[in-house]
Amino acid sequence: MSRILASAAAEARIALRNRWVAIVVGLMAVFSLVLSAAGSAPTGVLGADRLSVTVASLTSLAVYLVPLVALLMSFDAVAGEVERGTLPLVLTYPVSRAELLMGKFVAHLAILSLAVAVGYGLAAAAALAVDPGALAGLPALFRLFWSSLLLGAAFLAAGYAVSALARRPGAAAGMAIGLWLGLIVLWDLGLLAAVVADDGGAFTTHVFPWLLLGNPADAFRLYNLAASEATAAAAGVGGAAAAIPPLQALASVLLWPLVALGLAVAAFRRVTP
Amino acid sequence: MLTLSQVTRTFGGLTALDAVSFAVAPGERVALLGHNGAGKSTLMKLVLGLIAADGGRISVGGHAPGSHAARALTAYLPENAAFHPALTGAETLRYYLRLRGEDPAKAGALLDRVGLGPAAQRRIGTYSKGMRQRVGLAQALIGHPRLLVLDEPTSGLDPVSRRDFYALLAELAADGAAILLSSHALTEVEARTDRIAILSGGRLMANDTLANLRRQAALPIRLQVSARPGAADEVAHRLQGGRRNGVLVDLSCRPDEKLDRLGAITALGPMVEDVEILPPSLEDLYTHYSRRPS
Repeated sequence: MSRILASAAAEARIALRNRWVAIVVGLMAVFSLVLSAAGSAPTGVLGADRLSVTVASLTSLAVYLVPLVALLMSFDAVAGEVERGTLPLVLTYPVSRAELLMGKFVAHLAILSLAVAVGYGLAAAAALAVDPGALAGLPALFRLFWSSLLLGAAFLAAGYAVSALARRPGAAAGMAIGLWLGLIVLWDLGLLAAVVADDGGAFTTHVFPWLLLGNPADAFRLYNLAASEATAAAAGVGGAAAAIPPLQALASVLLWPLVALGLAVAAFRRVTP
Repeated sequence: MLTLSQVTRTFGGLTALDAVSFAVAPGERVALLGHNGAGKSTLMKLVLGLIAADGGRISVGGHAPGSHAARALTAYLPENAAFHPALTGAETLRYYLRLRGEDPAKAGALLDRVGLGPAAQRRIGTYSKGMRQRVGLAQALIGHPRLLVLDEPTSGLDPVSRRDFYALLAELAADGAAILLSSHALTEVEARTDRIAILSGGRLMANDTLANLRRQAALPIRLQVSARPGAADEVAHRLQGGRRNGVLVDLSCRPDEKLDRLGAITALGPMVEDVEILPPSLEDLYTHYSRRPS
């Protein structure tokens, strides 16, 4: 445990020095503020409070931004150490590879928590400032916060796995962008195309829900939209997947960080310094 | 402390180490010599458990290399030690201290010990190669390592730092640490190590003290005779030696023939002006051992 914390402390300091903390927090803050400003018009029509509406917008933002930020922080984790030549020395210390990776994970997740907290906090403050009834949306915001961290954790770990598999920072960056495009953008497009082509056949009823659950980003969106009835109107994919119980989506959001961490450790173990 | 028996490692079809056996006892300093690609780094990586051997056995204080117990006993200084450029020297040392479960407050004393005290608060990105090497040395001193594996530890160090480094090594050895260090040059490790192991093409060609290596090699001694002007041909003829130029005559002989040869030279009397005795150099010795088929 102390070794994990030692590694986390060093990693956090490096992130601070490299301006990653400032970049990530700034990114989340700016996007959250822009969203709450842009989303200020249609309130009242849905009969929901301002914060719940903001949460719906933030959910769509988080699906894109949180995985991106997580991958940006994590793609260099192993490949960067290989490139700099710092890996052989640290691997001769009495510390396991899993512990080293967990140290990085703790530091990166803490930075991500800070960024998400600042971003969502600003959005909540903006909603509360104009609508005192917005307090009703706080549970939804809190749920969005911790599920965003789980989503971020899954993509941090996926970034480590990519970093260990690529072994060079350039290749790792390319693979991370590919992963983001594939899981966040192309996955939904592909599913949409398949559902349209299938026209209500066996794919739509049997395979499609599992494919949605299989992607942590989709599961995250489903869980947040399904759990918050006030935001159901804002749902895109959510409408198509109304048949999926929120608990299954939650299970996927909970499981993915563990699965991805397992993959990352396995990939890191195969790296020969 | 460290025992290797019949250790073999191949990369693809290439044999990097071929049945290498030797040991390093506590308090002993062993220099591992060999040219590039001789297998020095491979051997060190095997000892550290960074890569696995294809055959043979390695024991680090009775433990398998790379095991938690073995790593706790071992300190390593990589060739061209690299650290994260964004951290300061003190932060880096504190990190490594905590990884070994030591008090991070010892960082200052360790950096002072390698002469980096004034630069402790500067980022490693601003350090010179020699300074980074000293950070590497400082981290190798953490705790109470019983085995030090040092890969070309003096590359990048100036002569004064080099002397300080070997003084530090002597202290550690006196304290009972087993030390294995690699080097390109026999001249450098000559007086500063207890034993010399020479690797060539993955095979252990020699493993003994310098004095014993000299004796076993029995390399010829060169005698350089300066003849009086005009007498060089005559001197060369009488001594059956080769003429170098107008006045110099080159002779070589076995160590046990040296006195006889000198006697023959003195007998020439006024024809000879001077004699120079050139014992085999360390480079000659190294070349002898690294070239011979074992």
